[in-house]
Amino acid sequence: MSSNDASTDVEVVEEAAEPDTAREAVVEQLTAELGDAFVASHLEPGIDLTVRVTPEAWGDTGAFLRTGMGFAYFNFLSAIDWMPSPFGRDMDSQVDLTLGHDEKSEIDSTIETGTTGGDTRFQVFARVNDIVNHLAVTVKADVPDDSLTVPSWVATYGGANWHEREAWEMFGISFDGHPGLRHIYLPGEFEGNPLRKDYPLLARRVKPWPGIVDVEAMPGDDDEDDASTSADAGGEP
Amino acid sequence: MTDISDRQQLSYIAAQAADARVNLELETEGMTLNIGPQHPATHGTLRIVAKLDGEQVIAADPVMGYMHRGYEKLSEVRTYPQVTTLINRIDWLGSFANEVPFILAAERLMEVEAPPRAQWIRTILFEMSRIANVVLFLGDMAVQVGAVTPVFFAFRDREHILNQIEGATGGRFHPNFDRIGGLKDDLPAGWVAETKQVMKKMRAFCDEIETLVMGNEIFQARTRGIGVIPADVGLSYGLSGANIRGSGVDWDVRRDNPCGLAYDQVDWKVWTHPDGDSFSRFWVRLQETREATKIVDQLLDGIPAGPIMAKVPRIIKVPAGEAFVETENPLGVMGYYVVSKGDLVPYRVKIRSASFNNMSITPWLLKGVYVPDIITILGSLYFILGDIDR
Repeated sequence: MSSNDASTDVEVVEEAAEPDTAREAVVEQLTAELGDAFVASHLEPGIDLTVRVTPEAWGDTGAFLRTGMGFAYFNFLSAIDWMPSPFGRDMDSQVDLTLGHDEKSEIDSTIETGTTGGDTRFQVFARVNDIVNHLAVTVKADVPDDSLTVPSWVATYGGANWHEREAWEMFGISFDGHPGLRHIYLPGEFEGNPLRKDYPLLARRVKPWPGIVDVEAMPGDDDEDDASTSADAGGEP
Repeated sequence: MTDISDRQQLSYIAAQAADARVNLELETEGMTLNIGPQHPATHGTLRIVAKLDGEQVIAADPVMGYMHRGYEKLSEVRTYPQVTTLINRIDWLGSFANEVPFILAAERLMEVEAPPRAQWIRTILFEMSRIANVVLFLGDMAVQVGAVTPVFFAFRDREHILNQIEGATGGRFHPNFDRIGGLKDDLPAGWVAETKQVMKKMRAFCDEIETLVMGNEIFQARTRGIGVIPADVGLSYGLSGANIRGSGVDWDVRRDNPCGLAYDQVDWKVWTHPDGDSFSRFWVRLQETREATKIVDQLLDGIPAGPIMAKVPRIIKVPAGEAFVETENPLGVMGYYVVSKGDLVPYRVKIRSASFNNMSITPWLLKGVYVPDIITILGSLYFILGDIDR
């Protein structure tokens, strides 16, 4: 239980004592193939590996992982919106209040990206497995803020088709070369990208008393109201 | 076995050829057939838009989302313990198994490990969820080819498993029993002995299904060589579970990466079948159910003593970081990619559900088959709509 400096030092030595040669080899191979396009990597020995590549190299990375390195299994593809929610840290959940957060506390809008860093608001990430050697790698890439487009993986992994449709629908990220980007979960006329952080989750909003205050009038009623009020307004003077 | 494989190879080639097929014998006309959203074969609200040429499918496009509940968005405003109540509802036939990978991901970020007793009980309940789920498939698959009795047997025998799950967790469908750092409760007295009896009953059920369904001539004719998935195609579509093991791929997360569960403590076997057709997927699932009863039996014999909860703070704040944990759920590999920024709520949760990947192969797989085969192929892929729509 004593947490002095000596014991933490020993732990670090223990972790360093078992280097993860298999995952390090993956990093080396990817660095050799991609060169400058390989941006960063995050390796947890014995557990997991995350690498980050440039958006231009996103498509080539997938192709090389499958054909050149034996990562034949497509696990998933999705995106992360790193922009902090404009509605507050914990959005509008009650836990903010119970822990003494000031409700009017400033909303920190600086973008902090995860373990492998990043420069843009959106990142796409995908995971592929090498089921023979029991290795897996998560690949990330920044999505350019001005175009929100990255190359598609469909030609490499057939399973990426639906995952890219989902990412397109939920985040508004386009995939260059995808055979048919259309809605997968939401109705065709749906507007907005629900998994973006600035898309409000209205179900959690507490409305002021008496509860429902912003009921929209039915279209028919609306016209009548307008007509009557305008008639009144016109008639009175 | 060899002549079946030849036949299956031929049918696979035929399916490929059908893509560019020109029918010279009959004057057929293209038409679009909607199957679902309310069709008994779609396990819920799934719609399949099939473009037909005569009786042959030239393109099939599944339309889902009728039940999309937005769990990934909802997870961003709920605390870690609250998220488990949501993710219970993803695969509603094997609910407990849904909770485990998320809890394991949170534990990995918190650097907490559940005590051995909790890990063993988790594994037992996990496998019991698998049996409760797959038993229904074994009955349902017979319904897809026209036999109704087996599904009644399945519902009858699933009761025993659900009773045991209820006995331990208090819930029949949504146990919500798993906690970060361990489990909510210990097992009740006498539960172990009762569960052993139930496992015997489940093995009897498997034998019953084997004699009733598997040897049946109609069942064989309707499933052998139908819906063949070659291993490399299955891998590139991210198929998992019995769907990929039915194509001869020897890969099981339980054996290959048993993080935080007790699978490496017992003696068991991963079943594969080389054919890759609807029949082999059924066969693998039947063997797996039997194997699951054996895993549970062995685990029940050796539950270690000790606490069931590790020391975790009362209010759970997960340190910043990212973790992906996957487990071999009843439907296939299920994983959660949890991104934390050190808050009470996750920053982003990506739910990698098995059925979404398993279904994504259907446009490829249904091309060139005949209309009644759509039903058996969908049945053999075995999806749960909640697991697709999330």
